[in-house]
Amino acid sequence: MRRLAKTAVLAAWLLITVFPLYWILVTSLKPKSEIFSMPLRYWPSRVTFEHYRELFEFADFGTYLVNSLLVSLAAAAAVTAIGVLGGYTLARFSFPGRGALMLAFLVTQMIPLFIALGPLYLLMSDLDLLNRLAGLMLVYVAMLVPFSTVIMRGFYERIPVALEEAAQVDGASRLAAMVRVVIPVMLPGIAATYIFAFVQCWNELFLAITFIDSEDAKTIPVAMNSFITQYDIDWGSMAAATVVSVIPTLVMFAAIRRYIVEGLTAGAVKG
Amino acid sequence: MSVSARPAFTPRKALFVALCLLPGVAFVALFTYWPMVRGSVMAFQRYNLFDLTETPFVGLENFRAVLAEPRFWTALRNTGTWVGVSLALQFLLGFGLALLLRRHFRGRGLYQAWVFFPWAMSGFLIGLLWRWMFNGQFGVINDLLLKAGVIEERIGFLATPGWAMTSVIIANVWYGVTFFAIMIMAALQSVPRELYEAAAVDGASKVRQFWHVTLPHIRPTLTLIVLLRIIWILNFPDLIYSMTGGGPAGGTDIVTTFLIQQVTGGDYGRAGAVGLLVLGLLLAFAIFYLTVTRSDETSR
Repeated sequence: MRRLAKTAVLAAWLLITVFPLYWILVTSLKPKSEIFSMPLRYWPSRVTFEHYRELFEFADFGTYLVNSLLVSLAAAAAVTAIGVLGGYTLARFSFPGRGALMLAFLVTQMIPLFIALGPLYLLMSDLDLLNRLAGLMLVYVAMLVPFSTVIMRGFYERIPVALEEAAQVDGASRLAAMVRVVIPVMLPGIAATYIFAFVQCWNELFLAITFIDSEDAKTIPVAMNSFITQYDIDWGSMAAATVVSVIPTLVMFAAIRRYIVEGLTAGAVKG
Repeated sequence: MSVSARPAFTPRKALFVALCLLPGVAFVALFTYWPMVRGSVMAFQRYNLFDLTETPFVGLENFRAVLAEPRFWTALRNTGTWVGVSLALQFLLGFGLALLLRRHFRGRGLYQAWVFFPWAMSGFLIGLLWRWMFNGQFGVINDLLLKAGVIEERIGFLATPGWAMTSVIIANVWYGVTFFAIMIMAALQSVPRELYEAAAVDGASKVRQFWHVTLPHIRPTLTLIVLLRIIWILNFPDLIYSMTGGGPAGGTDIVTTFLIQQVTGGDYGRAGAVGLLVLGLLLAFAIFYLTVTRSDETSR
């Protein structure tokens, strides 16, 4: 009886979790006439891909997709590399200012950064980086460096120092020891950090809508934001855009779920 | 936390450390701290994007203007509701889910993978999903409630102030339960098994074990998670932005959506003032919270 109740509750929660995603998927596959008609249909009478086609034919979604992809791939790579270097020094050296640096990084994760939004716009304008993917990329790197550095530090701390020392005894320099011995052990963690950073960039909205308004530099969230007009939203296209933009992140998050959970809980639970 | 071998610090090592840290520090300094400092200074300037011929220092004028604005106070009240109710529901449901998922069962991994997925989505997309579902005319929630006989006619959820707040909170709870479930599960797993065994030997029931073994043990963790979550929910305008845009008539504005509106409006002076006010409130709250939970813990 208790097991039955438990199963029922879990099933109900699963349904509640999955339903919104199901609903947006169904909406994206319905003919227009069925999206806005009564009674609501919980499954389309005929499955159509017209909204997806419109997205790519009329809304130039292909460009936005490529833009999002470029910015996210590049920014995530830079952030991960910076994290690999910075995390290593934070984990393996004690030096003056180390604690202050950690604090300075952590603070950026805690306080509302929207106060920086206006000045950032001016800065990007001064650097002539408005409406440029490169500009967006730089800001994303800055946004994610604290996260990647701190999480990498955690990964390094789990690797015994002895492993490196053994390599150094064998005559390898510190850097060589790091590259040949430590990095391979860290690979899953590095991959997880990369993917997490990628998803954050892929999803980012406020910075992107502040810096980008030209069609050829829009990322997916910026484009979707411009689909929202005061009174009317074309929910067919919007649903299709949602599905297209969420699929890569779903796949990627599923792949690194274990690491996210570890990374998240490590700090809170250990401390 | 300590690492066994921290090598002595030589100039060569100092150079290595500096070079490794330089890129990260440079990025954060230039693109995070510099604009933050500049934004804080602007709080005391007249600084309007559409008239930059003069940007004189005006003392507390921006703060006065913000505090005189009824919408700011509405946003502040809304922030309390938004954070408080969202957090309470996320916490309770997350705790329940964690307790249900605590013991291993067949398919648990798969189940977790499924209920985990809202996390892969941005607040912006989640806002859109729920905006569509809460649609006053063609929304599925209206349809389901009608079918179930709970309501007689459709509700304009996002067009009615009270309902709009309820709706964004529901969406936020949907989003955040998983987070709590995962964190609390991890905390539960940190309780040493021997404690339960000892309690069982003493004849404590499951319920008593929960109150006297589990809860005290995971309390410090919970305290921290809750504080981090409060800060996070406050800093999370994305969902509201795409779901209601703060409307109707400011009915779902919170301090961060209000702040963003100031930035979009080009008044960087006021935006700075709002930013500093929010920061001050947040700090005051964090100190208060930590003091209360600390003294509570030591008095036990």
